[in-house]
Amino acid sequence: MLENLTQRLSTVVRTLRGQARLTEANIADALREVRIALLEADVALPVVKDFIQAVREQAVGMEVHQSLNPGQALISLVHKELTKLMGDQAVGLNLATTPPAVILMAGLQGSGKTTTSGKLARLLKEGKKKVLLVSADVYRPAAIEQLRVLGEQLGVDVFPSSADQQPVAIATAARAYALTHFHDVLIVDTAGRLAIDEAMMAEIQAVHAAVNPIETLFVVDAMQGQDAVNVARAFNQALPLTGVVLTKLDGDARGGAALSVRQITGRPIKFVGVGEKVDGLEPFHPERMASRVLGMGDVLSLIEQAQKGVDVAEAEKLAKKIKAGKDFDLEDFKSQLQQMKKMGGIGSLMEKLPGQLAGAMPAGQDHEKSLARVEGIINAMTVQERRFPALLKASRKRRIAAGSGVQVQEVNRLLNQFEQMQKMMKMMSKGGGLAKMMRGMKGMMPGMGG
Amino acid sequence: MFSFFRSRKSSAPPADVAPSSATTQPAGAAAPAIDRAAPASDGGGWLQRLRSGLARTRERLGANLGSLFHLGAKVDEAWFEQLEEALLMADVGVTATRRLLQGLRETARREQINDGAALRSLLSSQLADLLRPLERTIVLQDAPPTVVLFVGVNGAGKTTSIGKLAQHLLNDGQQVMLAAGDTFRAAAVEQLRAWGERNQVPVISQAQGDSAAVIFDAINSARARGTSVLLADTAGRLPTQLHLMEELRKVQRVAGKALGGAPHEVLLVLDANTGQNALAQVRAFDDALGLTGLIVTKLDGTAKGGILAAIAAERPIPVVFIGVGESLADLRPFVAQEYAEALLA
Repeated sequence: MLENLTQRLSTVVRTLRGQARLTEANIADALREVRIALLEADVALPVVKDFIQAVREQAVGMEVHQSLNPGQALISLVHKELTKLMGDQAVGLNLATTPPAVILMAGLQGSGKTTTSGKLARLLKEGKKKVLLVSADVYRPAAIEQLRVLGEQLGVDVFPSSADQQPVAIATAARAYALTHFHDVLIVDTAGRLAIDEAMMAEIQAVHAAVNPIETLFVVDAMQGQDAVNVARAFNQALPLTGVVLTKLDGDARGGAALSVRQITGRPIKFVGVGEKVDGLEPFHPERMASRVLGMGDVLSLIEQAQKGVDVAEAEKLAKKIKAGKDFDLEDFKSQLQQMKKMGGIGSLMEKLPGQLAGAMPAGQDHEKSLARVEGIINAMTVQERRFPALLKASRKRRIAAGSGVQVQEVNRLLNQFEQMQKMMKMMSKGGGLAKMMRGMKGMMPGMGG
Repeated sequence: MFSFFRSRKSSAPPADVAPSSATTQPAGAAAPAIDRAAPASDGGGWLQRLRSGLARTRERLGANLGSLFHLGAKVDEAWFEQLEEALLMADVGVTATRRLLQGLRETARREQINDGAALRSLLSSQLADLLRPLERTIVLQDAPPTVVLFVGVNGAGKTTSIGKLAQHLLNDGQQVMLAAGDTFRAAAVEQLRAWGERNQVPVISQAQGDSAAVIFDAINSARARGTSVLLADTAGRLPTQLHLMEELRKVQRVAGKALGGAPHEVLLVLDANTGQNALAQVRAFDDALGLTGLIVTKLDGTAKGGILAAIAAERPIPVVFIGVGESLADLRPFVAQEYAEALLA
C-alpha cells in the first residue's frame, strides 16, 4: 500500500530533472506510471485512457514552475485534473419541491442502500426534516425488518410494508401516507439488483415513475472494480440519476470506482459512507478523493480519523496534567498507546500518510507487533512503577523483562524512549509548540522498532 | 452430481436422498431438485450464462475479445495490448496481468506461435494452471459437528451464502444448524432466521451478547443434537477496523474452546464485483484467522472476478464454491478450467 504514485514517479522523475518544459517524450514514462496507479486504484480502463489523454494534451508544452521539478509539475497537474473530474465542489441534496420530497435509492446487491437510507434519514432529521422511510425490498429476507429497526433506532417514521406486496404499490402507498401526514422527505429503499436483470430494472423504473423522486441516488461500493463503468452506465440509462453515494470508504480501497461512476453518469457524488454506525455519512470532498485514488495519502482524513479515535476526555485529562507541570508517566504512555490502537493501529495510519513521510518509517518492521510488545512491558509493571518510573532499578527490570517475555535491554530501550517522550512533553508544556515537538518526534520514530 | 462437501465416511447415499429432501422443502424450491437430477457436467449452462452476461459487456465496450482469438488473427504488439486491456478490465490487476502476458509472450516467441486462436488456448491453459491449486472440496469431520465460520466485508453476501449452502447440504442428507453470529447489523438475525425457516433448520441466536457467545452456544447445541454441519454467520467488517478483526479472532478462540479443532473451516466471502481491494481483504483476513477457503459471490452480473488470478498468484487460498445466480442451482464448485474460460470468453 505504501507503493504510491509519488514514490513510483520519483524514479521516473529523475530522468526529467533540469528540463524546463514538459514534452510528449519526457512525460511518456511518467504518464505510464499514472496509468498504473489509476488502474491499481480500480479506475475503469476506458476512463483511465480518456483521463491520460486529457492530461497529456494539457501537459505538453507546459512550463515548469521554478519551485517544482517536472515530475512534481506533472503530479500537480494530474491531481488538479482528477479533482476537477470528481466534481469541483461538494453538492448537497436538492429537496426544493412540494413536500414530500422523495429520495429513491438504487444500486447493486450489498452496496449499502439500506444502511445509507438510515444514515440519510438521520442527517435529514438533524436538519429538522420530518422523514418517512419505506422499504420496497420484498426479495432479501428481513430487508424490510432491517429498515424498520434502523428507523426505530433513529426515531424516524417507517411506513410498514411486507414481502408479499408489490414494490410499486408499497412506494405509492408510502407517498400517499407521507402526503397526508406532512412528512418533508420520503426515502424509498429498494432491493439490490443486477444491471443486466431486465425484469428488475423495469421494476425500479416503475417505482420511479410512481413516486416521481426529486433525488435518485445511485449507491456504489468504494471497493468495486472495473465493472463499475458497466453498472453505472446501465443504471444511468434506466433511471434519471441525480447523484451518487460512495459507501464503505472507511476501508483501505483506493476507491477508483468513484471516478468511473462520476465520469460515466456525469452526476455529482453527494455523500460518502464511512462505517456502519448511523452517523457515518459525510459530504464528499473531491480533492481528498483525488489524493486517495492517486495514493498520495489522505492527510486530511488521517487528521479526522485521529480526532475520532481519541477519547476527548482522556486527552483533556492528559493535557491538563501536562500543563500543570506534572510529569508524563508510563500510565499516560500506556493510555496513549491504547488510543493509537483505537485509531486503527499504525498500519492504517501509515497508509494515509504521503509517501515521503511513510517512507521515513523504518521499513520491514512490524510496527503493530513492536507496539504490542511495548504495551506488554508496561503491563508487566506495577501501578506504582508506572507512576514513578524512577523506581525501576536492575532487579525490578529483570522481573519486568521476565514477566513480559523480553530481554532486559528491551525494557531499557523502552525506558529511554519514554524519557525522550517525557522531555518532549515538558517542551510542550513550556509552550515550545507543536513544531518543536515534531522535531523531537523525528528522532524517536525509528527507535520504536525495538 | 457434485458436492462442495465430502464426507470422510462414504455415507450420504445420493440416490435415496433426493425424494426425502423434496418433502422437507417448501413447494417453491422445486428448481434445485431438477438441477440435481441433471449431471454435474451441465457447467455449460453456467458458462453460457456467464458468457451471455459478458457478451453485453463486450458490446458496450466494443472490445471484442473474440476477434482477438480468431483463427489466423495476426499476433502483434496491438494484439497483446488488446489482450492486456481485456485482462485489466476483468479486474485481474496490473501485476498479475503483466506476469501472465510475459509468460505468454515468451512461450509465443520460443514456440514460434503467431496465431491468435492458438495463443488463446495457450493463455487459457496457463490461466487454468494458475487457478488449479484453488480447487478444493470441503471435507466433513468424522465426528460431528463440522463448524464452518463465514467472514467477510459488509455486503459481500455472507448470510445469503449460508442460506444457499444450508439448502444444498440438506439436499445432501446432512443435518444443518445455523448460528446467528451477526449481532451488530439491524435485522441480521431475522435475515438468517428467514433462511432457517425456509430450509426448516434450527437457528441459534441470542437476544443480546456477542457473536463469540452465540457461536459457543450453537456449537454445544449442535453437538448435543448430533448435527453434522454448523454454519456460523458473523457481522460484516472492513479489515481496517482492527478491533473488529480482533473480535473475529476471539470468536475463533472461543469456538475452539467449545469444540477442539473448531472452527474447522474459516471461509471468506468475496464479492466478484470487488476490485484490487479483494487482495487486501484476503491478506488481512488470512493473517488474522488463517482462512481455509473463499466463496466468490455475485458472478451472475457483468463482473468477471478476475481478481482471483491475482489472489492465486499472491495468496492461493482455495475457492470452495462460487455463486453465479439467485437460485440454489447457481451455487457451483470452483473449476479452474471453467473459470479461466469464462474470464477469457
